[in-house]
Amino acid sequence: MGKRKLVVIGNGMAGARAVEEVLARGGADMFDITMFGDERYGNYNRILLSNVLNGSQDPAEIVMNPLDWYAENGITLHSGAPVTDIDRAAKTVRSSAGVHVHYDYLLIATGSRAFIPPVEGMTGPDGKLRNGVFAFRTLDDCDGIIAHAKKSTQAAVIGGGLLGLEAARGLINHGCAVHVIHIGNHLMEQQLDGPAGAMLRASMEAMGVTVHLKKATTAVTHDGEKITGLAFKDGTTLDCDMVVVSAGIRPNAEIGLRAGLTVERAIVVDDKMRSVDDSTVYVVGECAQHRGRVYGLVAPLWDQAKVFAENITGRNRDAAYHGSKLATKLKVMGVEVAAMGITEPVEERDEVVQFTEPKRGTYKKLIVRDGRLVGGILMGDISKAAYLMQAFDRDTPLPEERLSLLFDIGAPAEKVTLDEMPDEAQVCNCNGVTKGAIGACVAGGMKSALAVMKATRGGMGCGSCKGLINELVEFYAGGEVEEDPSIHYYVPGVPLPTDELIDAIKINGLKSVSSVFKVLAGGKEDPGSKPGLAVLLSMIWKSEYEDERDAKFINDRMHGNIQKDGTFSVIPEMPGGVCTPDELKRIADVAVKYNVPLVKLTGGQRIDLVGVPRDDLPGVWRDLGMPAGHAWGKSYRTCKSCIGTDYCRFGLGDSMALATKIENRFRGIDSPGKLKLATAGCPRNCSEAYVKDIGAVAIGDGKWEIYIGGAAGAHIRKGDLLCVVGSHDEALSVMGRFIQYYRETAKWKERTYAYVERVGMAKLKSIVVDDSDGIGARLDRSLQESIDAYVDPWLERDAPATSHQFSSLIPVP
Amino acid sequence: MDGITSNLPDTALVTAELAWIEVGRVSDIPPAGARVVQSPHGDIAIFRTAEDEVFAIRNRCPHLGGPLSEGIVHGARVTCPLHNWVIDLASGGATGPDTGCTGTFPVQVEDGSIRLGLRLPVSAV
Ligand SMILES: Cc1cc2nc3c(=O)[nH]c(=O)nc-3n(C[C@H](O)[C@H](O)[C@H](O)COP(=O)(O)OP(=O)(O)OC[C@H]3O[C@@H](n4cnc5c(N)ncnc54)[C@H](O)[C@@H]3O)c2cc1C
Repeated sequence: MGKRKLVVIGNGMAGARAVEEVLARGGADMFDITMFGDERYGNYNRILLSNVLNGSQDPAEIVMNPLDWYAENGITLHSGAPVTDIDRAAKTVRSSAGVHVHYDYLLIATGSRAFIPPVEGMTGPDGKLRNGVFAFRTLDDCDGIIAHAKKSTQAAVIGGGLLGLEAARGLINHGCAVHVIHIGNHLMEQQLDGPAGAMLRASMEAMGVTVHLKKATTAVTHDGEKITGLAFKDGTTLDCDMVVVSAGIRPNAEIGLRAGLTVERAIVVDDKMRSVDDSTVYVVGECAQHRGRVYGLVAPLWDQAKVFAENITGRNRDAAYHGSKLATKLKVMGVEVAAMGITEPVEERDEVVQFTEPKRGTYKKLIVRDGRLVGGILMGDISKAAYLMQAFDRDTPLPEERLSLLFDIGAPAEKVTLDEMPDEAQVCNCNGVTKGAIGACVAGGMKSALAVMKATRGGMGCGSCKGLINELVEFYAGGEVEEDPSIHYYVPGVPLPTDELIDAIKINGLKSVSSVFKVLAGGKEDPGSKPGLAVLLSMIWKSEYEDERDAKFINDRMHGNIQKDGTFSVIPEMPGGVCTPDELKRIADVAVKYNVPLVKLTGGQRIDLVGVPRDDLPGVWRDLGMPAGHAWGKSYRTCKSCIGTDYCRFGLGDSMALATKIENRFRGIDSPGKLKLATAGCPRNCSEAYVKDIGAVAIGDGKWEIYIGGAAGAHIRKGDLLCVVGSHDEALSVMGRFIQYYRETAKWKERTYAYVERVGMAKLKSIVVDDSDGIGARLDRSLQESIDAYVDPWLERDAPATSHQFSSLIPVP
Repeated sequence: MDGITSNLPDTALVTAELAWIEVGRVSDIPPAGARVVQSPHGDIAIFRTAEDEVFAIRNRCPHLGGPLSEGIVHGARVTCPLHNWVIDLASGGATGPDTGCTGTFPVQVEDGSIRLGLRLPVSAV
């Protein structure tokens, strides 16, 4: 029998999952599968958009079904255009891009869109959201919000539900002041009651989000171009330059309506997830209405997808969906919350068990009916969530001792609980992974939590179950758990830790990145590992290193930092933040001559010429006549300093002179991570030496404290005191030895703050200061060789490393 | 530089005649590298892989418009220098989050010289 045609409208979480379930049941042999997606992407994990917005994940990381997946499974994907019509009589669908296909079976999985309340000014004359007003539903929404937030000073989020709060949290990370406008009496009314909502509000405000309750927005004010603020029903207003609307969702059910299917709040389906009007049309996800309910969370759609797949593949034509009980675990602004069922007692027999400890932000409330859990809120401490959610889901009778519902009193040993947990218990709610699935993976030979997570996607959603997955892997694997070995490698693509990799490179005489892959990684090239290897090889072989420019990140080829428009930033060296009036003039002349769009002081006390096109780089460097400031790569970057003893009333040591010596000695030395240094003339620390990779702080009598492992970027850490030295020369020597040891033992991209914690200060002191291993002289020598081999990369202006290094364009006749 | 990149409606471009334009020699492009041709379709990156295969794609990452010509080339793919999206040179599709919108252009290589197939709007030919 020939294959039947399965067409799927909607390439989101439900659509893609349903297809995966079909494939898992041998569906590839039964169906030709065609998918339509309005969004321009393969299916991604929508839940993780919150992480993309707050900057903790890249869009690429949240992809669940990359293009390859569709190709590998023989699925035809038409993305980037919606399906506009279904012709049920002819059994065809048509997209706005004109694609017209026949189906034997149709699956509608169009999800929902953000609900935009009909508020004056929200949309422009074209009916689209006004510039500066955003929904928060798709990757494109996220991109728009992020781009706008960068310029924004004050943002308003309309809607204080889960998504609105996620949006607020994301916006905070982009540096604007954030206001949440909520029409209800307390935050997250779907999941929380009044007291819990009030506690959440306090936590949010402590983190800098202003919450306005009982506020109905009546207008978005604007000057025709930009948003200027919001107006409310009570007559008050709020100034803001961007608005994120998070006022609920609406199912994308119109397509069903136009096709003549029964649509109430969403497309109505039976227990097989089939439209009640047409036995060849199935519906799953947020656009489906089952037994009167429409869901807005992912857990139900995993079950729906399974039921659909069982039926359509004929595996089990009796498979039926009976509805889901919604329980959620989430983290809002760092506060852990678990919520299930009703939030307030509704019947007289409902019994409430409650505990509050506002000081610690802990709140627990359970609603028990006839000895069974019908509602619950846990905030702050959600250690009992797994147990309670299961009791809620299965309607199991609760113990008479209600206190034990809230707390582990005389808790049974952990093994017993894991043991007792049934195989079908859901461990990861985001991706619908059961305990049994994890067990099966381990039985199939996966012995590390990371491998299991990759295989099942468990733990890849909100991440709150990672701990439990770790425990389960341990539980199943017994003593045989393995941690993911690649965390110990210098780069993930070559299975050796840094020191062993250096030895192997030397023994085998490997002088190019490609030869390292050939000999040490079984010939498998990992693009992400190339730049790290290039740095390591140049450290080992210096001028003998065979430079393969294609292994280098563009910044290391152009000796500048690439900007988002493809131009570069040019930062000349300025040791100690000092330059001569002549140099300053030249910088100004260059900026004028080359029309440099932005001249800006950097955080490292230098001057940045931003926006120089690649083809102008050699001329700019030549006219500046100053050496490269190395502000682009993984290398020694800069050494900030305060004014030191010459002029400062408080100065105890000549920090400017020390900074200059540091820069002259270590300039351009490449290393596994950036090295940002500072010298401070006294412990007032004006130059922030305590939070630098390496910092020197003068304490009087010619003495300097040397700190290492400080950081004040995305990660903040005060450095640890390595030692106290008595002179500039001693400072240079101990710093140099540390730098070389770091170069030889750190992993690629491992900044000193992580490195110092991993290796431990005791070991670093003994090696760097006390030379306990007797390798001090060797380290010093190796570093000296790198210093001697240093050549200012900007000299490539007169001798380009490749013929077209600075001419990106091919002239076309 | 932006002068000739036009925003002609797509239909105009699609219906126009396919013209083959000489854009230099393979040796003008570094191995596992790229150079850029300006065209009425915007900047087009001509890639040469380590195996000397030649591809032409729009020089804009579908993600946030990063200059793909500046990325690291591996096999027949390039990693965008801005946010590490990986684009397949043959299809123009991202192997990370997809978009079908990084256009690809036909290329012919003969005796080491590269010809790029462009549908030039009548007025621009
Ligand atoms: C920021 C955010 C955070 C979230 N966090 C959580 C969470 O922590 N926990 C949780 O359980 N849930 C969460 N959710 C909800 C969860 O993402 C949804 O429940 C889930 O994505 C629903 O899946 P779906 O496939 O029904 O819809 P979607 O994932 O929206 O997929 C539908 C797809 O169909 C496409 N489409 C629509 N119409 C057409 C058409 N006519 N033709 C072609 N394609 C079409 C859409 O563009 C979309 O890509 C969150 C949602 C958001 C936005």
